[in-house]
Formats: sequence, structure tokens, C-alpha cells
Amino acid sequence: MADSIEIKELDQVVVRFSGDSGDGMQLAGNIFSTVSATVGNSISTFPDYPADIRAPQGSLTGVSGFQVHIGASQVFTPGDQCDVLVAMNAAALKTQYRYAKPNATIIIDTDSFGPKDLEKAQFKTEDYLGEMGIDPDRVIACPLTTMVKDCLADSGMDVKSILKCRNMFALGLVCWLFSRDLDVAYNFLREKFAKKPAIAEANIRVIQAGYDYGHNTHSSAANVYRIETKHKVPGRYMDITGNKATAYGFIAAAEKAGLKLYLGSYPITPATDVLHELSKHKSLGVTTVQCEDEIAGCASAVGASFAGALGVTSTSGPGICLKSEAMNLAVIMELPLVVLDVQRGGPATGLPTKSEQTDLLQVLFGRNGESPMPVMAAASPTDCFDAAYQACKIALEHMTPVVLLTDAFVANGSAAFKLPDLNEYPAINPPYVPEELRGKWTPYMRAENGTRYWAVPGREGFEHILGGLEKDDKTGAISTNPENHDLMTRKRQAKIDAIPVPDLEVLGDKDDAELLIVGFGGTFGHLHAAMDELRAEGKKVALAHFRYINPLPKNTAEVLMKYPKVIVAEQNMGQLAAWLRMKVDGFVPLKFNQVKGQPFIVNELVNAIKKNLQ
Amino acid sequence: MEQINSSSSHSGESQWVAADFKKGQPRWCPGCGDHFFLASLHKAMAEIGIAPSQTAVISGIGCSSRLPHYMATYGMNTIHGRAAAIATGCKVANPRLTVWQVSGDGDGLAIGGNHFIHANRRNIDLNMILLNNRIYGLTKGQYSPTSPRGFVSKSSPYGTVEDPFRPAELCFGARGHFFARAVATDAPGTIEILKAAQQHRGASVCEILQNCVIFNNGTHDSVYTKEGRARNAIYVRHGQPLVFGENNEFGLMQEGFGLKIVEIGKDGVTIDDILIHDAHAEDNTLQLKLALMGDGDGFPIALGVIRDVEAPTYNDAVEAQIEEVKAKKPYHTFAELLETNDIWEVH
Repeated sequence: MADSIEIKELDQVVVRFSGDSGDGMQLAGNIFSTVSATVGNSISTFPDYPADIRAPQGSLTGVSGFQVHIGASQVFTPGDQCDVLVAMNAAALKTQYRYAKPNATIIIDTDSFGPKDLEKAQFKTEDYLGEMGIDPDRVIACPLTTMVKDCLADSGMDVKSILKCRNMFALGLVCWLFSRDLDVAYNFLREKFAKKPAIAEANIRVIQAGYDYGHNTHSSAANVYRIETKHKVPGRYMDITGNKATAYGFIAAAEKAGLKLYLGSYPITPATDVLHELSKHKSLGVTTVQCEDEIAGCASAVGASFAGALGVTSTSGPGICLKSEAMNLAVIMELPLVVLDVQRGGPATGLPTKSEQTDLLQVLFGRNGESPMPVMAAASPTDCFDAAYQACKIALEHMTPVVLLTDAFVANGSAAFKLPDLNEYPAINPPYVPEELRGKWTPYMRAENGTRYWAVPGREGFEHILGGLEKDDKTGAISTNPENHDLMTRKRQAKIDAIPVPDLEVLGDKDDAELLIVGFGGTFGHLHAAMDELRAEGKKVALAHFRYINPLPKNTAEVLMKYPKVIVAEQNMGQLAAWLRMKVDGFVPLKFNQVKGQPFIVNELVNAIKKNLQ
Repeated sequence: MEQINSSSSHSGESQWVAADFKKGQPRWCPGCGDHFFLASLHKAMAEIGIAPSQTAVISGIGCSSRLPHYMATYGMNTIHGRAAAIATGCKVANPRLTVWQVSGDGDGLAIGGNHFIHANRRNIDLNMILLNNRIYGLTKGQYSPTSPRGFVSKSSPYGTVEDPFRPAELCFGARGHFFARAVATDAPGTIEILKAAQQHRGASVCEILQNCVIFNNGTHDSVYTKEGRARNAIYVRHGQPLVFGENNEFGLMQEGFGLKIVEIGKDGVTIDDILIHDAHAEDNTLQLKLALMGDGDGFPIALGVIRDVEAPTYNDAVEAQIEEVKAKKPYHTFAELLETNDIWEVH
């Protein structure tokens, strides 16, 4: 019946793998995105972990999801809703169906929809599809567990190990739906299980079985999809998460500056992967210290910078609260320091695994005294690399702590990353005290751009004391002189204000937009997708997205005041809007705010913006 | 791995004199114990012989934490309580530096207590000076975590209702490998332990008993003068019998689970019966007993190096691990690191 199959050629498609935390959904999703990226599709992924440490098997709170968005052209987000939903058990169907489009294909393992499974998932009847209003024609219902057991019956593996391969059956089925070449998946598995070839081969058999099942029974599915690649940017690529890209950016910057990279950190969700990643790379001389607390993480990084290294500390919002004091020490001592804040839901412990943009005002203002500090925000998983590199460059060249904001969404999400060539990145030149100042130098002498010079301990003739007390501009000694304090405060501020940052870029209808969308950080993809959708409908809209938040780009006021309407869309109660209103006289934006711990939904953005266009 | 011995003190020759480490005019109250300690530190550093440019002195906040401003070395007078954490980053990032960390009893044991214990546990090669005057001076007279129970101060007008930390106990509890004690006014005793702290590779805690003339005058009276120390202190030296008294007429012996004071020549006790001090013993039981003596218990206060045990340092281990992994892993640059990933090519 192969002739009855409908092949849909699509521009983009979203697949969501969901199941119990232990069902291996992240791995299945990862392999699928790698397979797709290899044929040149654009990808964007979003893992959605449960916050529970280990919820009971089959329970609603234990469901783990992994969403992959693949596109013929560039995709900017992991997608609002999915075209294909894999639900490995009843709980997954119950909780994840809301992420499926009305006409989505649903793949379920009927073996995991027994009376007990239905009870755990709080279904009331055995007609679970009817209960959820799902059209059975759109469902590929297969006895997946039984087939996996049959497939590996002669493998000699125990039942537990056999059941661990269920995810590969689902993956095989999805690969069939999208006509994916399985060779890439095979290579991936052979490499991943290089030390356990038997496991690799078992997984491969199951993928093949899933693929064959799809092929043999295709009449039960509505569509087969094909995603061609339209705009290829030739080059060598790898899959990278935001956290890994951030860690790579730090490594690259330290290498470029010729400095040791020191990370002082304390484990905290969702930033811990940066500590994990950097801890691996001792062969590059990276030094990581898992400190006794967040305070020591930051304080030791300040100590490392004083000693001549690139000091970095990584955390999330609750950690920023604790690091603020040591960040402020770096402000007054004018030492380089990079503070990574992978934002999560707050306040307090809040939503540790979820994403928000609610730390912006905290990092701008959450310290005592006049404490100017550069703040940047990464726009996407791959942008984390450039943003981390630039944050280090600013910190080292301007002798200041710099905050780099990312969030749980970009940190855990992944995308295809074109391998960077460090030769194409700008040099990093810290302002070491020039030799000709020997004998005349004092600690707060400044270069032309207002930056204090750096004298690294070990250099004879430049011994000096820094500290948290105000210092005399000329001598560097402790000073409580009122005029001097006023002068030093202004000099610290002027130094930050003078940091050159690229102009704000306007995308879309930049000349004649009726409305300008404004955002910062990790929402870039969603805002861009919303703009594309609106423009496709003939609306005149543009997008200005901030990566540099302090100092603001020089053309900020010009851009913000140019358009009849401006809407600032952010995942907080209006923090960027408040900052921009403070900095741009007369700027009164419209606002779109959501604090749900989840990425924006493009459709909702489009609808909200449309309302303001009428 | 290259072993760096940054100390040349054993050679007995140094190109430096105390004045090379001196800077500025101390602003402590006249008679403050910090003056005495500072002078001893300058002399000790000159005798140790490490250049000012290779030395960093890092303090927190408090009267005693002003000390780096009077040093001609590199240094930082940082924020309250964080000196040990900042010194940790400094030493681990730049292990060639000799790092001294200076705190008072509030800075080191109250707000900075966590960093104090972890620096000891990790055994970072820091010389950790604890200037203990049992009072908060800079905030003008509140009790500190080393003030005795019942201590009357501005913030405890009816006496404190809490027990103090005993620094040695805290150090040992955190698996500290070096603990020494001196009285600020006792220059030779202070210089001796500072040099020993520098000799010791790892976290070296030096408790300095120091008087606050304004807010806690007389807190260490029993040992503050030479005469007092002759009566009320015992100088402990590794390998030497534990004797004390104006004519060394008394000694310490073990009795059951504790120590007892004996008079040499009395009741058949000879010098050979006296306990020999073993600062190098891994088991810290007797060292702790020595360190806790003198709290109104009739025993003398122990001065000198009480514990000095070799152990792997954190910073050495970090360096060694980096070298080990460098030798094992084939990638050493960022470009090589990229190649370790699954890479595909788009044509």
C-alpha cells in the first residue's frame, strides 16, 4: 500500500520526544537532531526536564521532554508546538499533548497504557484518546515494548537492558517518518558506546526495527515528511548547547589573551554544566575550583584575577545574590572578572529548571554604592560563544567585572554551531602597566580610555595594595576625602560608559515599520520568528534585539524613538523596558510580559503584537 | 612536576631587611597588639628572604585587616570575611606567589568561618594569620566568636550566653595540618612561628594573641609580658621535652586520657619522664590537648608550633593534575578541543 502514502514537503517541522525520566528521551532527541543537522537542516532543540530528582516511574511529574525543531531554512526557536509527538507512556501523553499541534502525528507505546499506567496518569477511563479528544487516525499506536523485546529476544541481554532500548525504536520510527538516513545514527551510537559494542549493536537493531515498522505499516500514519535544505552555509559544524558554548567562549578568550582561565564556582541549576565542561579541559590548563559556596566562587575568582589570571565565576540568580559583594569588590579594585548568570525562575529558589529573564535589574543595580558594571546577554545557544568571548574581552581590556546573562532556555537548548576560527576573533590586550611608568606608577593611574593599568604580582617594582576601601586617585592610598570620592565615582562610571559596543541592529522593515519589537537575550529566536510571521502576513514590523545592555549601544535612543510604536517583550515584569525608559528620555513603550518559566510561544507574541497594530 | 621551594630561610641568608617590607604609617591605636605583630612580620619576611614582588598579603576587614596597607609587597585589603577565599583563588591561579592571609577573630572565624575551615580542609598553601583579641574593635566593642561565655560588651550588656570557638579546635576539626601560637608582644616567638608557617607547605594557621587597648584591655594579660609568659606559658618545640616555669622546673606528663603537671625532681620525676613534643604526629590528639590548655584550668598556655604535619596541598595537586591530563589528552589548544566533538561537514 505504499502508493497511499502522502509525502509532505515541509519547510520546518517540530518533533517532541517525551517519556519517563528514565526512558532516554534526551538521547533519542539528540540523535535525531544530529542526524538532521548532518543533512544540512537547521536545528534548534529544547530539553524540558522535570524538577523532581527522581519522580516515581510513570507519574505525571516524572515526564521528561526533548523538542527538536528542524528546518529547510534557518530556524530560530525549538518551535511552539510539535508536528510529531512521541509519548512513551500514558503520563507523557497526558502532560505533553498540549505541546502538539491540532493535526500532529502522535506516536504511543500501547504497552505502556495498561490500567495501572492509566491510573498513574490520572486517566478516568480506558478510552484515553477519547478523554483527550485525540483523533485515532492521527495516532501511530504500536506495541512498542513487545516489539523491542521480540527484536532483542536472542541477544542474551536481560530484560532491564532490553527495555532501555525502547527509545531507539521510537527514534527509528521518527527517522522513517522524516526519511532520515540511519547511517549517521549508527555512527553516533557506535561512538557513544565504543566501549560496549554489544549495546551499540542492540540499539542499532532496535532503530532499524522501528524504521522497518514504520515502513511496513505506513497506512496507519497520515504523513511522511521531507525537509530539504535550502540555504546551506558550507562549513564544519557540531551540535552545541548554550552552556557548552559559553564554556568554549571562556576557553577561547583566555587562550587569545594568553592567560590562565580560572573558574571559581558552586553547583547550581541550570549553570552547573559550565563547571562540568570546564573541569574536563585541564589539558588546556583550565583551572576549576568547586568552592565551599557561591561567595567563595566569586571571591576566589577575584583573587585569581588579582594574581594575573582570567577570573570567571558561574551561577544562576540565587548565586548572584551571594556574589554581589565580591562583584562590587572587583568594581572598586578595577580587576577583570566575568560573572555568568544562567537565569532561572525566581524569586528565592523559584523554578530551578525553568527559564526567565528576571535577573536583569538585579545585575544592573543589585549592589551597594555606585557600582557600574557592564551587562551582556546571549541571544541563542551558539551566540553564547561569542557573548562569552566578548564578555572576557571587555573585562580584561577595561579592568572591570562583566555580567553575562544567559538563561535556562539557551543554556540547555542546542543548535548547529559552525566551528569558529580563533584567528578571525579580535585580539584581547589587557592594559598591563607600560614599562616606562616604572618608578612613577600608582595603582589608579589610567590609560587614555579611563582604564586602570594592571600590575600582576611577581613583577618587581610594581608592588601595590588594592582594596575595598576608597582610594586616592593620585597615590592609591586609602582616602575619605569627599572630593576624591566624588571624582573616583565619576571615573569608574565614565570608564564603563566609554566601553565601545556595536550599534543596535534593526531587522525586518527597518525603514518603514509601524511597530518595533524590542527584546534582549534568549528570546531572540521567538521574537524573530514572530516578526517573520507578521511580515509574511504583510505587517510592517521590525526587531531590535539587545545583546549589550550596559553600556547601551550609542544608537539606542535613535532606534527606539524612530518608530510609531515600540513593544518591549520580555520574560519578566518589564525590566528592560524600565532600564530603557531610564536611559532614553521620553521613551514610552508598549509591553509584553510573561513570567511562566517557559519559552515564549510565537503565536501568542504574534497575536499580542497584532492587537497593537490595529 | 617541578618542585618549587619558594623559601630560602634555611640557608640563613637573605638579601632583604625588614625595611624592604615596610610601608606607610600604621593607624592603629597606640599600644594595639597589631603594631607589635606588624614589626615581627616585617622581620620574619626579611629573614625568610622571599622578594616583596613575589609576596601577596591578603586581608578581610577589621582593625587587623588594615595590615596590607603597611606592607611594601603586593596585597589586598578586601571585604569582610572573604580573605581566605580570595587568597585561595590567588594561590591556586598563581602558585609561584607566597600568599599571607591576615584576619582578625571576627573576620576569620565569624563572617569568614566557612572559608577558614575549607582553606584548612583543602590544605591551600597559605600562611593564615589569625589576630585574636577576642573583640570587635573597628565596630567599637562587640563580643566576637572567641569571647568567653558571659563576656560583657556593648552588644552583650548582661554577658554572652554562648561558648566561643577555640581556634586550634576549629583548625584541627577542619583537618588542619599546621597550628602555631604566639603572643603579639613576643617578637622572637612570633618570628619563629611565622618562619615555620612559611616553611610548612600547606595551610598554616598562626594564632596571635593580641591585646585591644580600647575595648578589651588585658584579655591576654597572663602571657602578655615576658614575666607573665615565664609563669603562665609553655614554649613547645618539636622533639623537646614539654617543660616550663621560670627555671623550667615543671613539665607535662600523660595521665590517663589527659595531661598532668609535674615538678621535676619531686616525687621521683626526672626530665626523662616528661612528654616529648611531637608536632609531626599525624594523630592530633595530644597536640589538641596542648593547644586547649590554659583556659583557666591551671595549665600553661602553649606557645610555638603545636602541629606541623606534611600533607599534599591543594594547589600542588591542581598543578599536578593539569600536567597529568596534559600528558594524557591529545588536545592542548582551543582549535584542537573543537576537533574532539562530533563534526559534520555541510558542502
